[in-house]
Amino acid sequence: MERHTAHGARFRAKPGKAFAVLLLTAHCSLFAASDAHAMHISEGILPVGWVLFWFAVAGPFIAYGLYRLKGRSAADLSFKPLVGLMAAVVFIISCMPVPVITAGTCSHPCGTGMSGVLLGPAISVLVASVALLIQALFLSHGGVTTLGANIVSMGIVGSYTGYIVFRTLRGLRVTIGVAAFVAGLLADWATYLMTSIELAEGIRGNAPFLPLFWKLLVAFVPTQLPIGILEGAMTAGMLVLLHKKRPDLLVRLCIIKSGETCA
Amino acid sequence: MREGSESAGRCVEKLLKALLIILCFSVVWAFLCVNAFASGKWEGVDESVVERVAKEHGREASKPFINTDQGDLLLFVFLLAGAAGGFAAGYYWRVLTERKSGRVGDP
Repeated sequence: MERHTAHGARFRAKPGKAFAVLLLTAHCSLFAASDAHAMHISEGILPVGWVLFWFAVAGPFIAYGLYRLKGRSAADLSFKPLVGLMAAVVFIISCMPVPVITAGTCSHPCGTGMSGVLLGPAISVLVASVALLIQALFLSHGGVTTLGANIVSMGIVGSYTGYIVFRTLRGLRVTIGVAAFVAGLLADWATYLMTSIELAEGIRGNAPFLPLFWKLLVAFVPTQLPIGILEGAMTAGMLVLLHKKRPDLLVRLCIIKSGETCA
Repeated sequence: MREGSESAGRCVEKLLKALLIILCFSVVWAFLCVNAFASGKWEGVDESVVERVAKEHGREASKPFINTDQGDLLLFVFLLAGAAGGFAAGYYWRVLTERKSGRVGDP
């Protein structure tokens, strides 16, 4: 009861701000409303052999993610809401078409760098898989046959790149915001690097791999360069916000040490 | 009574400021979009890169199993997905950051 009253009072005290946020959200939704085409590999593009191969690669990672989720949820009560938050964030981010003015095209960030840092890469793969499955089934975004390939590029490569880069930079005593920014940026770019490899290998037929790979990679650059920067900023924003709001949570997730809390 | 009307006045002032910011943002955004790429279609990179290059190599994208890419139906499902995702994100953020009467995971 006390909690609800306090919450209500907070909103009563700032009705203008709350309404402004609501208006801005509605405004962004309306302006962002466009045909929802982005970057996942579309349905039917990959041949059957490669479809099966990428599912076989993704399978063990998903199973390990389930195992890790069960273990960590049992050990820490605050972990489930964090997984829920990151699942929603990855889902929204990875189906949000962002117009890139410099390229005249649309694409989207992935969010898996952020979830890789916060949840660990194993559970982040699971979260990305669920988001990609819903998008493939109901949003005509990606494909069911190409789900394995999309899980490998966005889920596995994105999450592990984000995690490894963040941990490495933190090990070198880089500040949390900068480390998160670089982790998000490189996770995004690594995702597109992997997508280029998957596509080039899948569609090349008898053509040589490397020229096609470079062609795809270069074609992604004008759009993904700025989107990667956006992804870095979002990752840094989330980490810095959590550092201010719940430093104890970051300590328990072993993202920061107990002496680094600012609250 | 006077306090109430002052508070309402401040709210209206804040609201007007917010609307002004949104209006400015819209004008700048519209200007950039119209002038920078007047003839642009804002294709996604799946169309402009993935599907185009795949087609060049004899692989064409097929229709999705559940084809929601039909007219405004796609806008509707995206709106629905965005609303559900936004609600879930907001709910869990509140669960994680609520300061009063014990946050989840607090000792």
